[in-house]
Amino acid sequence: MSSAILKPLPTWADVVLLPLANLVLAFVVSGLVVLAIGHDPLAALNAIVTGAFGNGYNIGYTLYYSTNFIFTGLAVALAAHAGLFNIGGNGQAYIAGLGVILVVLPLQFLPWWITFPLAIIAGGAVGGFWAFVPGWLQAKRGSHVVITTIMFNFIASAIMVYMVVNVLKPPGILAPESAMIVAEGRMPKLGAFIPWFKNTDVNFTLLLALACLVGVYILIWHTRFGFQMRALGHNPNASTYAGISNSRTIMIVMTLSGALAGMVAVNQIVGVQYRLVLDYVSDAGFVGIAVALMGRNHPIGILLAALLFGALYQGGNELQYVIPGLSKEMVVVIQALVILFTGAMEGLFRPGLQRIFTTLSPGQKANAIAASQVKSES
Amino acid sequence: MNFFAKHLGALAAGVAATVLVAGAALADPAIIYDLGGKFDKSFNEAAYNGAEAWKKATGGNYIDLELQNDAQREQALRRFASQGANPIVMAGFSWGTALTTVAAEFPDTHFVVIDAVVDAPNVQSIIFDEHTGSYLVGVIAALKSATGTVGFVGGMDVPIIHKFYCGYAQGAKAANPNVKIIENYTGTTPAAWNDPVTAGELTKAQFDAGADVVFAAAGGSGLGVLQAAADAGKFGIGVDSNQNYLHPGSVLTSMMKRVDVAVENSLTDSNFKAGLTVLGLKENGVGYALDDNNKALITDDIKAKVDDFSAKIQSGEIKVHDYTTDNTCPA
Repeated sequence: MSSAILKPLPTWADVVLLPLANLVLAFVVSGLVVLAIGHDPLAALNAIVTGAFGNGYNIGYTLYYSTNFIFTGLAVALAAHAGLFNIGGNGQAYIAGLGVILVVLPLQFLPWWITFPLAIIAGGAVGGFWAFVPGWLQAKRGSHVVITTIMFNFIASAIMVYMVVNVLKPPGILAPESAMIVAEGRMPKLGAFIPWFKNTDVNFTLLLALACLVGVYILIWHTRFGFQMRALGHNPNASTYAGISNSRTIMIVMTLSGALAGMVAVNQIVGVQYRLVLDYVSDAGFVGIAVALMGRNHPIGILLAALLFGALYQGGNELQYVIPGLSKEMVVVIQALVILFTGAMEGLFRPGLQRIFTTLSPGQKANAIAASQVKSES
Repeated sequence: MNFFAKHLGALAAGVAATVLVAGAALADPAIIYDLGGKFDKSFNEAAYNGAEAWKKATGGNYIDLELQNDAQREQALRRFASQGANPIVMAGFSWGTALTTVAAEFPDTHFVVIDAVVDAPNVQSIIFDEHTGSYLVGVIAALKSATGTVGFVGGMDVPIIHKFYCGYAQGAKAANPNVKIIENYTGTTPAAWNDPVTAGELTKAQFDAGADVVFAAAGGSGLGVLQAAADAGKFGIGVDSNQNYLHPGSVLTSMMKRVDVAVENSLTDSNFKAGLTVLGLKENGVGYALDDNNKALITDDIKAKVDDFSAKIQSGEIKVHDYTTDNTCPA
């Protein structure tokens, strides 16, 4: 049986080659779509790349989108290490905005470096709570988090609409949005310190995102709790046997995951919009799933994948400015294709690559045969 | 090697072409459509038609963008402004906050906002007397109604749509003091502009409650109202664009809000005039649509009465209350 002797891919192929192959395929298919509607795929690719990295302005916006994706990617990855699939990042990031705005607006007359940490705590607390409830339901009642977290997205969305339209919207304003933070209380964007970024939306929350990457790395691989959650993720029975409380671990992991997703609200409200608007998450929660998948649930991988998706979002936006015929729907199609191939169909090339690697390296082949024989004898 | 050189050349040519295109776009005017999309057959499409008319009349070139989400307003404005587009026209009442921010960042760029008021030296705000135009279609609705009950389906539940309703109700009451008016809204978020299914259901409910003419002030959702009216063999009233052609014989008339004219004028930079511009009946900014599709529905008697009301409003003899001045409606 040829399939029986397939070995797992070497790490470099799994981490670099496979995502690259998926990305190339995504671009080829997107190119065909662009060609099919009568535009030049190379010009489109050029527009995406220069739109994402062309100058400080483009890079600023790319980094701003990446900031969101780092948070949601980490949220998915952290839960994944404990064997939990948190697909509610969107709702957790959305509802966290409520905590952020309710803390920031009353304190808007204080300098931003006081409100910023408070906003982080508030966003983390509300986002965390929104994931804690599904975590509790999973731990104590066995309700699957995949079902509950996605349902919580809808609840969050309904609550936010109600709160913005009926509670937070100041009288006299037509648009559904909260009051603006006064100018003195706004956090400056990075462009205020590094003129190269111009007036783009990238802000100090990017540094928070980088800190979270380091923090999550330490938490997962260098703490007792990280060991417990990985043990749970690998084998719940073994972790129980080792004396680890699985239900406690599930609840803590989900809360942390939701808190990470909640940081999107900090980026959007404290760093960019200075007010609460509807749908500010813009599906960053779902992109986070693709980011975590592509980044192999490792902070470094998540950083790179978040940069890639940030570039795609910013470059994709630029498409409609540079090539007028490409409508907004077209841009969404291209972004979706990339997510489809790099996220959902991430394993498409895996068997093929494994076969190639097995045939190409004799040593590997011998090892694989030996391994399969050991397996069949035992 | 040769292969690469060839393709590198092609890529370089592509880059050069893009740069050229970007260069040509300099100082072109820009228009940004609101959520709901360019082809909503209503508000945004009126803006689009205005831009196309401008292109035809002047031979000029414009750039446009369909907004994808509420959080992108500032980025879109900034993108066009840093590209050098001038003037930048945007249609929709949600632009206030974003424009206030960006207008200050680009003091040399002219911005024109339709349906919102932003006080800045480089912004022209254009608003319409929707209440007087709605008054006139209210008159038509009440005169046409056999049951004495007329309906109103609004889009997003915001003061500007109440302004439509309030004018409509006053007009209907003026034409028939005993008229009954049913009022509904499709939602409370921008999604309400693009929800023809809900709008259609509301319309059916209003028909069940006895209405036989329904005015849709709901952007893209209004299509559901007009469809439901056509299906039920009753009358719908369109909004913003002339929608009479959508279901001839069933669309009684349309409350024209000449967003297209406003956009067409605004795209020429020399027409820019900072401050507030109000377009009413007198300026032909609002009115009711009469064409071949509804000629048979609007009898001479109705037409005479409506034109009489219109003249009285313009002369100041009839004062139509504007809901947005004090958030109340006398009708």
